[in-house]
Amino acid sequence: MPDKVRVAVTVNGTAHDVLVEPRTLLLDFLRDELALTGAHAGCEQGACGACTVLVDGEPTRSCLMFAAQLDGAEVTTVESLANPDGTLHPVQRAFTENHGLQCGFCTPGMLMAACALLQHTPHPEPSDVREALSGNLCRCTGYQNIVRSVVAAGAES
Amino acid sequence: MKPAPFAYLAPRSVDEALAHLAEHGSEARPLAGGQSLVRLMNTRLATPSVLIDINRIDELAAISRENGTVRIGAVARQRACETSSHVRDGVPVFAEAVGQVAHPSVRRRGTAVGSVAFADPSAELPTALLAADGEVVAASTRGERSIAADDFFTGPFTSALAPDELAVALRIPVSAAARTGSAFVEESRRHGELPMCGVAAVITLDDDGAVAQVRIALCGVHRRPIRARDAEAALLSEHPDDELLQAAGALAASAADPVGDCHGSAAFRRHLAAVLTRRALATAISRAEERNA
Repeated sequence: MPDKVRVAVTVNGTAHDVLVEPRTLLLDFLRDELALTGAHAGCEQGACGACTVLVDGEPTRSCLMFAAQLDGAEVTTVESLANPDGTLHPVQRAFTENHGLQCGFCTPGMLMAACALLQHTPHPEPSDVREALSGNLCRCTGYQNIVRSVVAAGAES
Repeated sequence: MKPAPFAYLAPRSVDEALAHLAEHGSEARPLAGGQSLVRLMNTRLATPSVLIDINRIDELAAISRENGTVRIGAVARQRACETSSHVRDGVPVFAEAVGQVAHPSVRRRGTAVGSVAFADPSAELPTALLAADGEVVAASTRGERSIAADDFFTGPFTSALAPDELAVALRIPVSAAARTGSAFVEESRRHGELPMCGVAAVITLDDDGAVAQVRIALCGVHRRPIRARDAEAALLSEHPDDELLQAAGALAASAADPVGDCHGSAAFRRHLAAVLTRRALATAISRAEERNA
């Protein structure tokens, strides 16, 4: 097998210095090595967006990036959103209040894409939300309540 | 499925990357944004034994304007092209096309050069490059050469790049003529998906409103992105009206040789080639006329 690659990466504020096999996807690194199972493995080919996390603040499909590429990077996953005491992040609260999820499989990706949008555009219009979340598939909600949730989270801040 | 094993190299300079490519040749693949390549690796349609990650080569991230051309480096993100004033002002057809590539989160990682080098016959950027008369700068340890877009795309997912060559940049001429307009239009089944057909048109009108220059390129309707040369010839020196645009659309459709699939039949794609060519030309002409005002 090819040599492992040394990677110093910060995930949700915690520094990790690890050796990874080159073919380890960021998604599998998070789920299998760090036990952060919030990013979901959906299509594993970049179509569904359920594995979206932030890499250096940018929404990124973690199934289309290798952990070996992350040396020096900062990764933020859905696990970082709620407070340790369980208090929900404003975007999470907006999703619960506006019925922005049903089965919840797509929700971590939706939340991370929404957080990235709200950083650039704190008070988005529905059209901004639709564009920013267009790469995230949901098979339950029909999207209306997801858009409503993100707009509500923006209105609140 | 998961990717097959490979060795990972992360060069810091173009020279280092080219040395790796020279050593490993067709066993190796350069990794830029990874939005196409990693997908293929995850499904094992691509199984390179060496991956040369060029994302740490800072000099390749630049978008610049020099000597009448816009230069887009190999790891400049699609999103950066979309917002770059060099691209928006200098080669608006490319900016308009890049805004229609996939989704915002994909464009934040995906690169313009990577999309061109991937040479998907349905993709927007190869077609926009063709209409804009751009070229690919290819480098290897043997030296550097420019490959015109007209010669670059040789078939589905294949290009004129040699196995030891790296596409280090795109160079796209900025149109100096005042009355130049362009448009990129596409039709896809779902927002953000690859189009069933897309058309890029760049047109320059002379002082009398006749067509001085025109380039039309199409994606999704052939085994590679194509020029609609008969349509271009029919437009040259003419004053475009509805009837002429209709005829140009029909000529573009006859240049198409589409393959039907679950997204659209061959007949439907041919129909789209005609309709979208007409629409792209109409929009490009009205933009050219606006620029005169």
